[in-house]
Amino acid sequence: MAEKTVTLRIKRGVADEASTWEEFSVALQPNANVISCLMDIRKNPVTKDGKTTTPVAWDAACLEEVCGSCTVVINGRARQACSTMIAGPHGIAPNGETITVEPMSKFPRVRDLVVDRSRMFDALKRIRGWVQIDGSHELGAGPRVSASDQEIMYTLSRCMTCGCCVESCPNYNDHSPFIGPFAISLVRMYNMHPSGKMQAGERLDSIMSDGGIADCGKAQNCVKVCPKEIPLIESIAVMGRETLKRALFGWLLK
Amino acid sequence: MAAKVSVKSKNGSVRRAIVVGGGLGGLMTVIKLCEAGIPVDIISLVPVKRSHSVCAQGGINASVNLKGEGDSPAIHMEETILGGDFLANQPPVKGMAEAAPGIVYMLDRMGVPFNRTPEGNLDFRRFGGTLFHRTAFSGATTGQQLMYALDEQVRRYETLDVQDERGVTIPGEKMVRKFEFFDLADLIMDDNGVVRGVIAQDLKTSKMHVFRGDAVCLATGGAGMVFGRSTNSVINTGSASAVAYRRGAMFANAEFIQVHPTAIPGPDKLRLISESVRGEGGRVWVPRDRKDKRAGRDIPEKERYYFLEERYPAYKNLVPRDIASREIFRTVVHEGYQCLPGVRSVYLDVSHLASTESSKHALKNKLGGVLEIYEKFAGEDPYTNPMQIFPAVHYSMGGLWVDFETDSHNSLKIGASRNASTNLPGLFATGEADYQYHGANRLGANSLLSCIYGGMVTGPSMATWREETNGSAFDLSSDLFDKAEKRATEEYTALLARTGSEYSENAFKIHDELAEDMLLKCTVERKNDELTGLVQKIDELKVRLKKAAVLDTTPTGKMNQPAVFLRHMRGMLDLAEVIAKGALARDENRGAHYKPVFDSDRDEAKDHPEGGKGRDDKNWLKTTRATFTEDGAKFDYEPVDISLVVPRARVYKQKSMAAAVGSIGATTETTEKKDDAHAPA
Repeated sequence: MAEKTVTLRIKRGVADEASTWEEFSVALQPNANVISCLMDIRKNPVTKDGKTTTPVAWDAACLEEVCGSCTVVINGRARQACSTMIAGPHGIAPNGETITVEPMSKFPRVRDLVVDRSRMFDALKRIRGWVQIDGSHELGAGPRVSASDQEIMYTLSRCMTCGCCVESCPNYNDHSPFIGPFAISLVRMYNMHPSGKMQAGERLDSIMSDGGIADCGKAQNCVKVCPKEIPLIESIAVMGRETLKRALFGWLLK
Repeated sequence: MAAKVSVKSKNGSVRRAIVVGGGLGGLMTVIKLCEAGIPVDIISLVPVKRSHSVCAQGGINASVNLKGEGDSPAIHMEETILGGDFLANQPPVKGMAEAAPGIVYMLDRMGVPFNRTPEGNLDFRRFGGTLFHRTAFSGATTGQQLMYALDEQVRRYETLDVQDERGVTIPGEKMVRKFEFFDLADLIMDDNGVVRGVIAQDLKTSKMHVFRGDAVCLATGGAGMVFGRSTNSVINTGSASAVAYRRGAMFANAEFIQVHPTAIPGPDKLRLISESVRGEGGRVWVPRDRKDKRAGRDIPEKERYYFLEERYPAYKNLVPRDIASREIFRTVVHEGYQCLPGVRSVYLDVSHLASTESSKHALKNKLGGVLEIYEKFAGEDPYTNPMQIFPAVHYSMGGLWVDFETDSHNSLKIGASRNASTNLPGLFATGEADYQYHGANRLGANSLLSCIYGGMVTGPSMATWREETNGSAFDLSSDLFDKAEKRATEEYTALLARTGSEYSENAFKIHDELAEDMLLKCTVERKNDELTGLVQKIDELKVRLKKAAVLDTTPTGKMNQPAVFLRHMRGMLDLAEVIAKGALARDENRGAHYKPVFDSDRDEAKDHPEGGKGRDDKNWLKTTRATFTEDGAKFDYEPVDISLVVPRARVYKQKSMAAAVGSIGATTETTEKKDDAHAPA
């Protein structure tokens, strides 16, 4: 019986040099995903038409969709390569269809599928994304939190800075300073926390200036591609109300 | 807390410390250094937020006793030491157990969304090796949530300016500088052997960079990649530890590798299914009929063999991990039970916990993150189908050897510079990269705790070292650093020239071969003849690695993953050798290290002169230490500090808490036992 294979069509290139496409044929293993295919390629870096090439560069760490490293664009959609199964009930190429794999387009390319997402981490600085504590020494128990608030904060806190939301966002690109849906959603989380909300105003200010919440075009793509199903649109709506309140009445609160 | 020392060196440079690795251990070290006023450079293979700590699922132990069960740090210490089969030095474990409640409260104050009780208090769940509810948790992605909390605190320090001792801001200097996508290539040591900095390679450009540092910490995690497929992230090659080992740092207890009982088999990774699944009531079983072809959910209750519950009536599914893994291995491999004919796995079942909509919602709140992983990667709904799982390599109890200093209560003396220091002066190690807290087997939910506690110990220790040590790295002549950079650059450039017909090997394939043998011969069950063969195989692979082609000759200036992998592969072979030789030498059964000949229940024991002896405290209650030489690892052994809990048989068949409490403080007896431990092998 002929071995079942799958074809990966991969966009390659270094930094801002010109891109090329290469196709690789990989034997289909049970429970294979896009990462396991890339692992096979580097053990035998030969293209489908027999040309020896360099192993494809890609970014990965946990391989269980919790670190956010391996986001790439697969068949036109931003998602984690590790959890993109080839066959099986969620498979994207159960019959060996060709799979297209590209780096995310919204970030500077390093090489092949590896991009530099520093801009996202910079956004976390801008929103002052932390609960300010007096120190790591013992200060007794933390504030009480209701189970229902915890449930919301936990859902928001699963954001792994993977980049899917901004890759799909028409308003996020190198001409726009928009900080992106993930950052706005995190402001909502920190501002919900009993001690985090003591700095709520500063965080709201951080998304009321240039590149802030007003730059959201409400395309609603982000919520559809978020691998952690974070309610990004709901968060943007909540923060929209909060920032509006602050814009209208903030001077009274000062 | 360490006293303030000068922020600037004599020549006016800002004196920084270096932390390599940005997981929980590294980041907690950074926070403690910053609180002591010491600026830090973080060097990390990946953006720190993506470090392997995010993979921890179940929770973090702390004897807060919020469930009113009478739990206490003393019991936590006792159970950790017992769980580790008495191989852990006891004062660090005491320090850790005592600090645990404060650590969980600190994390809570940082905003970790821990699960809550109806009253709004922290909720706690059960984990292996204890009968108490001692584990605080945040859904089933606790590691991720803890990582994010520390990552956020460190990000704040990235925005804060360095101030000198008079409180004047030093322009352009931030408390934390991050160098992400940087890989440790070498340590820089002065003529007296003091570590004065590191060479790290920028993976985006492949260029070598010099980092000077007044104290260097490695917090670079374990080395699961030595076994290829494991529950570890692919970045966990142990490369940084191997670099230090090559430079003379001792590696301790490498043979103790934790095999987690429950993971999803896969071609690229064995994905962890957290122990918390059993902590919340998940049950492990196999069909009683070995040839049963029905799907798990169709097999009636009376035809299911709950082998852990039958064999361990007190702890049931929550025996420590080494025991659970061995039982699953025995049941499947030796007794021939399996989920389906030809499918080497057992069922881990939560479907009985999701029989109604509301119970399903409650289960999702507590375990959603991990059940979602199963659903995505195995393609089946775990709320209605029992999950098919099998053991997988999970955690390195061993690591870089580190020292400790005790206080008058035999706890750790926080702030002493001996703590967490390797045998190389100026080099510290913490987190999974060290060997300190878990002995021969780690209890579930103690890893997040040991990483954070490790950081709380290491930061102050480095601060004190910085104060005590003679002169600053920032005042040394640049010769030392230039030479080290030149050497590293030349080594790397030589790798790029490895092309042509004489370089016929592929390092990734060598990795596969190593992994296959390590998994087969050096995990759950170990046999001396196989280990001897494994040591030879590792030697052979080392020779073959020298013939490995670089695969990518892209010059310096651009990213080149295959060239960097050659360095990591060399490190994995070094560590594999230490693991295999350590396992071969240790002729006893202790924690995760198990040889069937020493198990009196096994047939193999009958023909062996020492057959069935089990744990051998007379000869083997001692720490393995390996030192690198060009001719291979050399071993010596160090007595274990058992000054707090008297070693006893490790039994989980009955409830043992009362016994546990009773033996604390038995000092006279302890001293005698300690003398035993000093007896030569």
